Amino acid sequence: MGTSGVAASAVDVWKSYGSGDAAVTALAGVSVEFERERFTAIMGPSGSGKSTLMHCLAGLDDVTKGEVWIGDTKVTGLKDKGLTELRRDQVGFVFQQFNLLPTLTAEENITLPLAIGGRKVDRAWFDTVIDTVGLRDRLSHRPTQLSGGQQQRVACARALVSRPEVVFADEPTGNLDSRSGAEVLGFLQKSAREFGQTIVMVTHDPNAASYADRVIFLADGLIVNEILDPTADAVLETMKHLDAFVGAQ
Amino acid sequence: MLRATLKSLLSRKLRLVLSALAVVLGVMFVSGSFVLTDTLNRSFTDLFTNVYSGVDVSVTAKEKAGSPGTLPATMVDRVEAVNGVEKAVGQVNGSARAIGKNGKVLTTAGAPRLGFAWTGDESQIEMRDGTGPKTDTQVTINAFLASTGGFKVGDQIELITLEPKKKFTVAGIFGYPGGRDSLGGELSAGFTEPVAQQLLLGQKDTFTDIKVTAAAGTSQDQLRDRLSSELGGDYVVKTGTQLAKDQADQIQEGLKFFNYILLAFAGIALFVGIFIILNTFSIIVAQRTRELALLRSMGASRGQVIGSVVLEAFVIGLIASVVGLGAGFGVGALLANFFATFGGGNLKLAGIGLPMSAVISSFAVGIVVTLIAAVMPALRASRIAPVAAMREAATPDRPLTRPTVAGALILAAGGTAMGFGFVQQSLVLIFGGVLAAFVGVALLTPLVSRPMVSLIGRLLSWSMPGLLGRRNSARNPRRTAITAAALMVGIALITGVSVVLTSATASITKLADTQVRSDLIISGETGADGTSAHFAVDTIDKIKAKPGVRSAFGFAGEPALVNDEQSWVSSVTDVLAMQQQFGLQAKEGTFAPLGATQMAISEDYATQKNLKLGSTMRIQLAKGEATTFTVAFVWAKSQVMQGMVLSSSAIEHLRIPQLNNAFVQVNSGASVTDVQKSIEPFFADNPEVSVQDRSAFVKQQTSQFDTVLLMIQILLALAIIIAVLGVINTLALSVIERTRELGLLRAIGMRRAQVMRMITVESIVISVFGAVLGIAVGTALGVATVAALKDEGITELGFPWMTMVQYLVVAAVVGVVAAILPAIRAARLNVLDAIAYE
Repeated sequence: MGTSGVAASAVDVWKSYGSGDAAVTALAGVSVEFERERFTAIMGPSGSGKSTLMHCLAGLDDVTKGEVWIGDTKVTGLKDKGLTELRRDQVGFVFQQFNLLPTLTAEENITLPLAIGGRKVDRAWFDTVIDTVGLRDRLSHRPTQLSGGQQQRVACARALVSRPEVVFADEPTGNLDSRSGAEVLGFLQKSAREFGQTIVMVTHDPNAASYADRVIFLADGLIVNEILDPTADAVLETMKHLDAFVGAQ
Repeated sequence: MLRATLKSLLSRKLRLVLSALAVVLGVMFVSGSFVLTDTLNRSFTDLFTNVYSGVDVSVTAKEKAGSPGTLPATMVDRVEAVNGVEKAVGQVNGSARAIGKNGKVLTTAGAPRLGFAWTGDESQIEMRDGTGPKTDTQVTINAFLASTGGFKVGDQIELITLEPKKKFTVAGIFGYPGGRDSLGGELSAGFTEPVAQQLLLGQKDTFTDIKVTAAAGTSQDQLRDRLSSELGGDYVVKTGTQLAKDQADQIQEGLKFFNYILLAFAGIALFVGIFIILNTFSIIVAQRTRELALLRSMGASRGQVIGSVVLEAFVIGLIASVVGLGAGFGVGALLANFFATFGGGNLKLAGIGLPMSAVISSFAVGIVVTLIAAVMPALRASRIAPVAAMREAATPDRPLTRPTVAGALILAAGGTAMGFGFVQQSLVLIFGGVLAAFVGVALLTPLVSRPMVSLIGRLLSWSMPGLLGRRNSARNPRRTAITAAALMVGIALITGVSVVLTSATASITKLADTQVRSDLIISGETGADGTSAHFAVDTIDKIKAKPGVRSAFGFAGEPALVNDEQSWVSSVTDVLAMQQQFGLQAKEGTFAPLGATQMAISEDYATQKNLKLGSTMRIQLAKGEATTFTVAFVWAKSQVMQGMVLSSSAIEHLRIPQLNNAFVQVNSGASVTDVQKSIEPFFADNPEVSVQDRSAFVKQQTSQFDTVLLMIQILLALAIIIAVLGVINTLALSVIERTRELGLLRAIGMRRAQVMRMITVESIVISVFGAVLGIAVGTALGVATVAALKDEGITELGFPWMTMVQYLVVAAVVGVVAAILPAIRAARLNVLDAIAYE
């Protein structure tokens, strides 16, 4: 594992909650690889296990069985300290909401992962990221002084600034209007294509998924389909089949 | 609505416990005080009932000049001849202090050190070993003295009485029924009757009182009435029951005062508690904004919302009162046992009881305090608009104009009340003023909190977690301010007292160094039982005969009747030496040796009593007839010496015709140390009396301030503990409130240790802020008090710098301690759950 072309991977990952009769299986033997420098979207209906898969990949949750790798690091079996360092140095996050610390300025929020780890800010890279997200004139603002779209772009910049192995985005446009959402998605796409940043995004919005290079579909804890270079229509079509597939079960 | 309130209450057990704890501790203090004093009261009543159980009636001479009188031996026969008297036994009681094997005088914590005449009546006691005293060099001691001093039958024991130490042989050791070593921690020694009369009363054939046993068929009251009519008005006749009651009442009076002090400190603790509860409720209301708004949007009225918060407060107050009452009962019992074992020594405790006063005050105080604290948050809750349920963020910070204006007004009112309090010497006004000042400052605190917190925080924010901690503490100025203000109260009071005491020490030291020319001071220790040491008048002449001594004089003092009022009277051996050593100036008349019926007075005393040169006063001393004294001269205002002095010839009329202290000035060029060494042997047989140079004497006098300060610190510890609970509470609630943020920080790679450091920095910033406020306010209070006491002799202003630094350090430590639990809680948060937390 850990071949140079793969940024993150899951090998026969099982995840169940509870025990005995009450046990719920969220992932039922998922194996998937996320290639470097690509933007991958994970789709699926509610309860399909897409968020669980992302949490397990990112080291936020442990797996019941199987292995998870980020780059050359085997995530499975890491203790809290190792997981913390993994998240700090190799993973970036963009959440759906409440992404920023209200006490810090936009710039401080962006450089927070570096500050926590005691690392120096690469000014050139920082400038590139800032200019790409278009936040140059907002750096000294506090989150409450920013719009929702601006806040989410700050969060994206924060995820990118430490040049992580993978950026995980959990419904990043879920709380945004379509125009702000498009800006954020465009930025994520650009990060993968121009800066070679690996991105894994969980979404239920076919339009959002269409910005990705590849879409994988989950249903009932299993990967059931995959589309390369998707369009919104193709994704929507697949989702419909998926619903039919789930309904048939 | 009721159900919603109770459900919400139960679902937040932690915050319930934390906010209730402040009330519990305060109530515990209140009920503990009542339980303690009640138990001690009943114990002392039992004790004295026991002491006087063998006495039907007691006859004493009427008090003369404030000192107990004595009875001639012939009185015993007179009493015995009265019809209905079975037996009359003359008693001799006085003060006798034993010297321990290490050469130091044995002391008690307040119980008397007694000498008495052994009457051979052993009905009240149990002989443990040996016999009563058979010869004039034997004593029989109680088992408590034997165990305290390590004495056995046949040992030598030295005792100080009216006369310097004398050596005796222990003839026997006695105890009391029930295996008790003493009745109430007293040390007692029985002499043969003539020895007791000589050593304890200074006169042969006299008694302090006569213990009368009634003949069968005669009641105590009958016998008392008969004896008083037979003996006439010069004697006091009381029944044993009455005597026991009088003694118990006297102790109760003292305990009442003790209780007031404890209650005052309980009041301070509860005052601090109000801050904590107020803060808790404010935070809870802020956190429940959406929940309350939802209730409002579903049709709940403002009154119902207020009711919901007030009900929550009532339930918390009620539970806290019950728990506090229970805890107070335990603490009271514990303290009573502690007092019985160590404090009073050997006091037999009556059963621990729960007085009604404790129950009533606990519930009243606990519930009222909680409700007062909940009023403001309840009103605020009622103003939450229903639309807030749909909004994302909590209500924005309100402007600080109103609290600032209110704070300034209340502070001004408090200051004015304090000022009036000092002028009118009203403790209530001063205390009320101080409390109002605290409230005023607390209201002003949010205004200063931003710059102050940022200043303190800067010292701690060298790393990212530190910076975040600092920013978090500046985030909600009101919350930080109230939490810090709670800590301020305790520290301000300690600092204020400390400033006053430091100033007093500085003033006394300066006074002694600039105005007193005495080089050596001879003084005796005053025991906790009220006995004071003394030495023979002729010692002064012996001192004066030593080479190098320029002048020496001494004082003897006692209560006496001055113009029929009880007042302290001093006699001085040499008024000219006094003038010279104390640097006194004549105001009216001239300094000259006083005649037998002359007195000298200070200017203050003259003004106060409306006296002038040639005025007279009628003074009744313990012995002899009342005498008219004429004012021979008045000396000008002096910080060193005020009041009045009689001539040395008055000393022989005192109950104890001996000196209490003496002052020695050495010749210029003579060595103080050499003179000290040469006069110390005069006191070799009197270990209670010491010779000290001036600075050592001043140091000894001012060292009692340290004890005062220590006591206050111990009593204020509770207020500070409650304030620390407040810090913990605020942090814990903040951690809950910022769960998502903490989750985010952990998700992007913050280590647990860093999370804990972040919380700790916030905690330290709040605590140190509170300490800085406390020191500032305390210093202001202290300076104000010193200014008000200028006429009382506190002329110098002194600041306890070291103490202030210590408080800052303690505050930082307190901050670290307070952060422990919230920090652990924050670090343990499950990252995923935290991010998903609503």
